[in-house]
Amino acid sequence: MSILTDRIRAANAAGRKAVIPYLPAGFPDRERFWDELTALDAAGADIIEIGVPFSDPVADGPVVEQASLECLEKGACLSWILTELARRKGDFKAGLVLMGYYNPFLQYGLERLGRDCAAAGVSGLIIPDLPLEEAQPATAALTGTGVDVICLVGLNTPVERLKLYAEKARGFVYFVSVLGTTGVRESLPEEVLAKLDEVRPLFNVPLALGFGIARPEQVSPFGDRIDAVVIGSALIKHIREGKGAGSFMEDWRPAGK
Amino acid sequence: MQKGYFGKFGGMFVPELLMPPLLEIEEAMNTIVPSEAFQAEFHSILEDYVGRPSALYRCPNLSKKLGFDLWLKREDLNHTGAHKINNAIGQGLLCRHMGKSVLLAETGAGMHGVATATAAAMLNLECVVYMGATDVVRQSHNVRRMNLLGATVVPIDSGTQTLKDAINAALRRWIADQRTTHYCFGTAAGPHPFPTLVREFQSVISREAKAQMLKKAGRLPDYVVACVGGGSNAIGAFNEFIPHEEVKLIGVEAAGTGEPGCHHSAPLNLGTAGVLHGAMSMLLQTPEGQIEPSHSIAPGLDYPGVGPEHAGLQDCGRAHYGTINDTQAYNAFHTLCRSEGIIPALESSHAVAWVLENAASIPKGSQVLVCLSGRGDKDLGIIEEYEKNKKI
Repeated sequence: MSILTDRIRAANAAGRKAVIPYLPAGFPDRERFWDELTALDAAGADIIEIGVPFSDPVADGPVVEQASLECLEKGACLSWILTELARRKGDFKAGLVLMGYYNPFLQYGLERLGRDCAAAGVSGLIIPDLPLEEAQPATAALTGTGVDVICLVGLNTPVERLKLYAEKARGFVYFVSVLGTTGVRESLPEEVLAKLDEVRPLFNVPLALGFGIARPEQVSPFGDRIDAVVIGSALIKHIREGKGAGSFMEDWRPAGK
Repeated sequence: MQKGYFGKFGGMFVPELLMPPLLEIEEAMNTIVPSEAFQAEFHSILEDYVGRPSALYRCPNLSKKLGFDLWLKREDLNHTGAHKINNAIGQGLLCRHMGKSVLLAETGAGMHGVATATAAAMLNLECVVYMGATDVVRQSHNVRRMNLLGATVVPIDSGTQTLKDAINAALRRWIADQRTTHYCFGTAAGPHPFPTLVREFQSVISREAKAQMLKKAGRLPDYVVACVGGGSNAIGAFNEFIPHEEVKLIGVEAAGTGEPGCHHSAPLNLGTAGVLHGAMSMLLQTPEGQIEPSHSIAPGLDYPGVGPEHAGLQDCGRAHYGTINDTQAYNAFHTLCRSEGIIPALESSHAVAWVLENAASIPKGSQVLVCLSGRGDKDLGIIEEYEKNKKI
């Protein structure tokens, strides 16, 4: 069984949604990144999504893009992330996934990526520009490494495609809540509710909702339709305001819950 | 072959949210575009509005000097002054057939933006053009043209503030507005089906040129030469000649200043394989897979990637790709102005320059066809600045 599935199911068994914060590697700088990651873990993040910076992030809004470009300037790259994670292997209770665009993974070498992710305690990859049609080389290279390729689906994914994704889904399925890029929205589209009813029964892995989410009350209407929540841009903004990742988590994991 | 691939290059490396609109365009490309009604409308607009067929012109003075026949396919004579209009009209029509009301485009130098704004005005569509903030300043004349044509120009100030960032921003906008908007991609790059769709609309260049060569020269050309940025005029100029193995296909990339270590725009010659803007192709990138900035004196060639079909044609050996630097292109620009009374775009000057620079190795009596993809009026500011900097 996937570590990522386990983490989400454990949170659900405790009567809550799993919380998945996203932080770009090297943000706010290369040293403090590790402090924030440790703080997220200590504050009860179930899975942590570590962003692999890329020069041309087409699925991201301005907040993540800006943070990502700053991280690149500071020298954050995939080999740095994996080397540093390998040194800290076992330090984190949370499951770890890397979220990044395909080209840096491809240039790193997919076989090498599988080996080094396993050695670094990374359990999954979220690759937003790798749809069904192009995923085969990555999934083939990662088979047997314990690293899941997480699929993303959205409001406009037709049921035939959902079924194809469901056949291959490992770890969890990432449901993109808006027809748009990452970044905080005041409210989520009403059609999300109905689409979740269609998506949910097709998958036998847990479902995480992401994009646009800043506050817990935004996801309360979804009830048991979702198992986990991903929060990215709101966390970046919080840290930019000079506050720590630990205090951000208080909204999402009130003490004792 | 896998769908949307040219050998190992191509594909659809996009967020899942863009797959439905891309598959919708693929479906329209396979059903609407070949229909008699679409083709009739497309060709009547090309004839009456764009001014096609464009002339095929034998340069009398340069041919005499060079010892072989130099033919120019005059895409510079099209309405709006470049080949870009062929694709913009085709995609504008397709947009209307698909029941969408907005044409979205990216533009670097502004030529594709102007072509799309023109097609949109003529076809009663709304038009939104994304343009890097640096390019908005550099090409303010084209921004004014787009505004006159009723388009909204959105300056993009993220990343390098040039074409590649305008494409990123346009893709993001398209994710959000896909229900009403068709993304009129400007070159034969990007995710499938754009490389094939753009080739389909630009192939009118080689269809005409082939017939014109047979009529005027009595035979097919020995060489077809075209500049390559994203590669839409080149694939349009090559396509009908690809099955004729005896016709040498030469793409010309921009080598920038040509000095060691400087930025350039020659991914086929100096890049490596990777994924950008939805396709596997040749790229300017770091060993870690980050995209590197490009440079060329010709704004329309200033792009770190290239259409995947060109990478495939290079890989299988059917086409060859050379490089021309800024100075060589500048010299060819002047040569064509003075020798033939034609002011070429700096992009097209790269193709002319390849012929001039390689003249010694081209057999006497050859028939050499160059795609003159655009006119050079737009480049007078760049020429002036170049001369000031070089103290010419």
